[in-house]
Amino acid sequence: MKIRFLYFEDCPSHDEALQRLRRSTEAEGISADVEIVRVETAEDAEKFKFIGSPTITVNGQDIDPPAKPHYALTCRGYRLEDGRISPLPSEAMIRRALREAKTKES
Amino acid sequence: MTNLKAGDKAIPFKLPGVDDKEHSFDDYAGESAVVVIFSCNHCPYVRAWEDRMVQIQADYVGKGVQLVAINANDESKYPDDSFPKMKERAREKKFNFPYLRDEMQSVARAYGAERTPEVFLFDRNSVLRYHGTIDDNYDDPKAVKEHYLRRALDAVLAGRPVSIAETKPVGCSIKWK
Repeated sequence: MKIRFLYFEDCPSHDEALQRLRRSTEAEGISADVEIVRVETAEDAEKFKFIGSPTITVNGQDIDPPAKPHYALTCRGYRLEDGRISPLPSEAMIRRALREAKTKES
Repeated sequence: MTNLKAGDKAIPFKLPGVDDKEHSFDDYAGESAVVVIFSCNHCPYVRAWEDRMVQIQADYVGKGVQLVAINANDESKYPDDSFPKMKERAREKKFNFPYLRDEMQSVARAYGAERTPEVFLFDRNSVLRYHGTIDDNYDDPKAVKEHYLRRALDAVLAGRPVSIAETKPVGCSIKWK
């Protein structure tokens, strides 16, 4: 399983988001390394198809793909299970994506 | 870094609002407190906090408190922050406060604002009494422990010193042209 964590330093939620990702991989019993990518320029954002910070992809798939991706050095929001918008993905969202990837691999 | 510190006077402004009227700081000079919040449409931190902004205005309107939100972002790079989109957001979220457009970014620069949302609370004498973030938890309103802005408002309205007059604003950077 290939897990990538992309972030933009200017958005303050990335530390907490990475901790949520690590807790989620542990909870799902996944031992794959997390590749951490710091996105610093608009060119990087295009190169990495960076929708905003923080972004988590599992086997190349965004854990919460937007309907209309726009690549930029920006913060991104996640629509949580209760309908709220948050700068952070929930652990439930992360774990769901990890489980789906595990299922596809098995 | 902000150009204002506690004790400084508000910097006047005059900006168009989503109601298609011009709004100046002096319009609210008679209020018990004026809360200027640099804000925008696209930032997920604002989106996480904006219901709380509406609730704060609703809770304090009877006490002579006026919130005023100002969007200074560059809409050419962030089209969701355009004036028409601001009008949509104000309607959608039923903003009960003015939402103003700082197209030239002059007010944001004058205040030294850097983030969205970023709060400047002024008392009835237009003196800055609190600057910083709304509360300590952008992610979960139910998990807030420190209601910084509410606590500052209560102190100002009661004529008491504000115990925490400065916090670090948390949010997206203002998108400069």
